[in-house]
Amino acid sequence: MSLIVDIRKDFGKFRLRAAFEAQNGITGLLGASGCGKSVTLKCIAGIQRPDAGTILLDGRPLFDSQRHIDLPPQKRRVGYLFQNYALFPNMTVQQNIAAGVRERRGRDETVAGLVRSFHLEGTEHKYPRQLSGGQQQRTALARILASRPEVLLLDEPFSALDSYLKWQVELELSDLLARFPGPVLFVTHDRDEVHRNCKNVCVLDHGKSQPLQSVHQLFQSPATLSACLLSGCKNISRARSLGDGRLEALDWGAVLRYAAPLPRELSHVGVRAHSLRPAEGPGENRLLCRVERVVEEVFSTVVMLSTPGGRQGFSQLRVEWPKAEWAALEQPEQLWLELPPEALLPLSEH
Amino acid sequence: MDWYPLFNSLRIALISTFFTFFLGIFAAWYVHKLPRALKGLLDCVLTLPLVLPPTVVGFFLLKLLGPNGPVGGVILEAWGRKLVMTWYASIFAVIIVTFPLMYRTVRGAFEAFDRSLLYAGKTLGRSNAWVFWRVLMPGCKQGLTAGTVLAFARGLGEYGATSMVSGYTPGRTATISTTVYQLWREGNDALAYRWVFVNLAISFAVLLCINLLERRERDGRWSVGSREV
Repeated sequence: MSLIVDIRKDFGKFRLRAAFEAQNGITGLLGASGCGKSVTLKCIAGIQRPDAGTILLDGRPLFDSQRHIDLPPQKRRVGYLFQNYALFPNMTVQQNIAAGVRERRGRDETVAGLVRSFHLEGTEHKYPRQLSGGQQQRTALARILASRPEVLLLDEPFSALDSYLKWQVELELSDLLARFPGPVLFVTHDRDEVHRNCKNVCVLDHGKSQPLQSVHQLFQSPATLSACLLSGCKNISRARSLGDGRLEALDWGAVLRYAAPLPRELSHVGVRAHSLRPAEGPGENRLLCRVERVVEEVFSTVVMLSTPGGRQGFSQLRVEWPKAEWAALEQPEQLWLELPPEALLPLSEH
Repeated sequence: MDWYPLFNSLRIALISTFFTFFLGIFAAWYVHKLPRALKGLLDCVLTLPLVLPPTVVGFFLLKLLGPNGPVGGVILEAWGRKLVMTWYASIFAVIIVTFPLMYRTVRGAFEAFDRSLLYAGKTLGRSNAWVFWRVLMPGCKQGLTAGTVLAFARGLGEYGATSMVSGYTPGRTATISTTVYQLWREGNDALAYRWVFVNLAISFAVLLCINLLERRERDGRWSVGSREV
């Protein structure tokens, strides 16, 4: 099965342009808050209406502005897991799940079966506010699966949970989702959630979607500045190509050799904090940096470095090393830093 | 002591509250979904009776329902019945005067209601009517109760519009409020005091009801908007 989305919606200054295709399995929709992730989901579910475009679910049009098709949410067979789960507070777990069962016949058996497979035994007669965060989420998911959807939309499924609960709930959810046969869209702003749960990912930046890529690609070789930032890269400099396999990192004031292929329009270069290494002395792709600040994290040390040619403040490089490795350097005031060519991520603006 | 005014007042208030209940809910539902500009305009029109002097409402009603009015005239011709100066003329007056109380309270409840619950019901395949009656109505129970009790209390004490459209005929159109006025005019202070105390007792009981309901809502399983996660 596949979900093909190609929609346009304008809200005054904000313009949503979302186009992607999600196959079976979990596809991430990654973006900063306010980038249009939730609106995209609401358009797919039929809660909001796009200005134009098409939404196809396995060839069946859910929305098509040219053919004037706009199915009501009831007929779309799109399961929507809301950020706060949207359980009906006036109904018990059992009643909430039963609300999702479409056919009257065999409703009780269906509900009982879902209660078992979602490990909700004993909570059938409790109200949502008497449940733990994980139980609430499982109830919401059981209720959605009761309505036999063809596609699942998950809107920031872990944002309502405390961090100590999150890990457990995430493991449970990924087990349950693995059994779902159709496409799953997983909306989040958290790169780690994408990395752990998704196969492919579509980056949404200021309302505009970027081509679908594999999660591996997003972390190994993000193509755009926004994808690189969302994948958690902390060190980014404006850059221009010098030809001959070298580029100039303008904010760091350095000429660097790179290994990865250049994007069509090089605008920035990034490098991840953990791939920077201290070096003995000068050489290719090495910079003499001044230590500006040392921040002790729980298991590592973060060092902020300013580069000689760079502008103060904006151009700092952030390096993260194991505590012992930093201690071995004996609190230098300056140090040589190597930016390995294969660790450089050439980026384009869009 | 003739208890007719109490009976008449209760009868008028109960019947009007019944109509106001449904009218208020449906007006609130349709207005809260409208685009902003239209909503503002309609909101003003529907709230007007709350700020207008009841005598103005009474005046318009007399013009409309009186024997020479467009509605009253037709009824008189068709059934030979006069609408004004009857006990049930007060029902029209009380519905109009109490409507804004119900409408505004319920609209506030609708606007504070977590919409994702409505969307969830729809994506699960449930009809709009099911979502309205099984999710929205129970979730707005507090607002509905408050609006209904306020409308009932206001209806019970209505004087201005009522006295204009129904007048004061002992044993036929007399209500508690018109009776108190009439007794004071006649200088019958002793009896006036009795009716004043009846009025006080009813109002006190209604307010007590509201408070008890509010407490139950707060402690009970209904918690609208804020849910512990």
